[in-house]
Amino acid sequence: MLSYTIRRLLMLIPVLIGMSLITFSIIHLIPGNPAQTILGEQATPQAIAQLEEQLGLNEPYFVQYGNYMAGLVQGDLGTSLRTRGEISSEIRPYLAATIELTTFAMIFAVVVGVNAGIISAWKQNSLFDYTAMIIALVGVSMPIFWLGLMQQWIFAQELGWLPAFGRGNPRDPVETTTHFYLIDSIINGRLDQWWTSFKHLILPGIALGTIPMAIIARMTRSSMLEVLRHDYIRTIEAKGSRTFTVIYRHGFKNAVIPVLTVVGLQTGTLLGGAILTETIFSWPGIGRYVYEAIGNRDYPVIQSGILVIATMFVLINLVVDLLYSYIDPRIKY
Amino acid sequence: METAKPSSPMQGPEKPQLSRVESISPWREAYWQLRKNKLAIVGLCIVLFFIFMAIFAPLLTSHSFSSMNAADRLQGPSAAHWFGTDYSGRDIFSRIVYGARISLMVGFFAVTGAMFFGSLLGIVAGFYGKWIDMIISRIFDIMLAFPSILLAIAIVSVLGPSLQNALIAIAIINIPIFGRLVRSKVISIRQEEYILAAKAQGMKSTRILFHHVLPNSTAPIIVQATLGFGTAILEAAALGFLGLGAQPPTPEWGRMLSDSRQYIQSAPWTVLFPGFSIMLVVLGFNMIGDGLRDALDPKMKS
Repeated sequence: MLSYTIRRLLMLIPVLIGMSLITFSIIHLIPGNPAQTILGEQATPQAIAQLEEQLGLNEPYFVQYGNYMAGLVQGDLGTSLRTRGEISSEIRPYLAATIELTTFAMIFAVVVGVNAGIISAWKQNSLFDYTAMIIALVGVSMPIFWLGLMQQWIFAQELGWLPAFGRGNPRDPVETTTHFYLIDSIINGRLDQWWTSFKHLILPGIALGTIPMAIIARMTRSSMLEVLRHDYIRTIEAKGSRTFTVIYRHGFKNAVIPVLTVVGLQTGTLLGGAILTETIFSWPGIGRYVYEAIGNRDYPVIQSGILVIATMFVLINLVVDLLYSYIDPRIKY
Repeated sequence: METAKPSSPMQGPEKPQLSRVESISPWREAYWQLRKNKLAIVGLCIVLFFIFMAIFAPLLTSHSFSSMNAADRLQGPSAAHWFGTDYSGRDIFSRIVYGARISLMVGFFAVTGAMFFGSLLGIVAGFYGKWIDMIISRIFDIMLAFPSILLAIAIVSVLGPSLQNALIAIAIINIPIFGRLVRSKVISIRQEEYILAAKAQGMKSTRILFHHVLPNSTAPIIVQATLGFGTAILEAAALGFLGLGAQPPTPEWGRMLSDSRQYIQSAPWTVLFPGFSIMLVVLGFNMIGDGLRDALDPKMKS
């Protein structure tokens, strides 16, 4: 197990280097003169020269990449062109907001998806099964930006149940230490703020979690159907165990590996979808940070934002891989 | 034919029947499987409906998709404007119908491009192996390490926002998906005995590739292409929604959504119909794709 973990970590290195190469190249692949493109048509030659100096574009390509990597290793993500701030410190609240949103979305997707899948498999060909699978099929095909807009319209604007924008009440801001509002509000002992923050999470979280939920439900169902066919399930049933025990303890435990794989892969959908959801719900997360940077041609922010999101995705899949052998000790590496 | 050679001791009366059973090709069998699958048929109908709409767009619409009329702005659905009008008085029905052309076109070209380059790289990697495989596979790994829409956004942020660049970006992000699929298929086929036999006969490797390996890996490619078609449409709409794809006045569904979102309360139809169209066409492709997978993948058969 330890040797596998080390091997798996070592395998990460070329992937991370490749990723940094891609994000590094973003600025260099801009057609024409990058500094000119960033500053626009009316830029003075002095301004262009100054920006080239600032971004180090005058250096040879490999020297630039070396400097970029040297910075990355020390946690330096560069400087924003627009705010002139250090991206590594600027990005923190955005990153926390995205992690809070995606975690909520994933919890929603897993809890609803797994249970719907289990019940569908258990009551195969029942009305519940058909309904759940049709919802799952539609859910997979759903453009989340449209789903988000519809939810916003129905539940926020028409019914007024939930807030449509932002992370909390702007007139009563949460005092931040960790930038996770749900944690900060508890640290500050402000349960009213916790409730407000939670309510703000619901709509974007559900919009974001719908596609993973649908995929998880379908995978759980097919994996459970496979397991429930086995003889040992019949034996446990014959022994007189409660249905709940049969389904969840003996059934699902053996069906969990493919579901876990899907969960890991779906974090990619979540992190990508976060850009869309955060735009719709004005969620101040990393997706919106990158999206606004594209509008401002703030390429260092685009580079670093994308690199941070992709790194998160890679690390989550690493954790999922390592979880396999913990859950199923028969898997040996 | 059977009656012509009754004297042959090896040909009993059952032989023609047997050979007829054997002559059912896997494709024909898949076709029968698919016909039994109601969801796949529904999906096919949905997709054909959109293709019909795209081809006959000028005949189906009485309004231009781009003509603005301030007096008619934000009108609800009526006999004159079936799906209502948008914020600048354009007929939404016409825009949806013409939008089908754009979405299907993006889906088609993005998937074809990704399929072509992905299959090529996958075949090269899987068939020649060694260091070529190492390099190509690592590149795929790195590309797949990015959430796909994020990579598309990165590519568009470099190339500049336009429908064409969105199409290129979507094709690129789908290359490793096809590539990996074809590579693994080629590797498993390479170990089959008939490949060894072909090699023993002295067949050239390119001939083996095109006569044996490629025809035997088409089934998963077709399934992935169908499912990828839906995903590509969804990705194009997402880029359009973010303003990184089609630019106005192109009647692209995703762009229509983002342009109309501020009118959602006063004129919900401006948001309802474009979004529903995206969902429906993607649903259609996913239903066909699921059906094809069940029909073509013997392992999935129950």
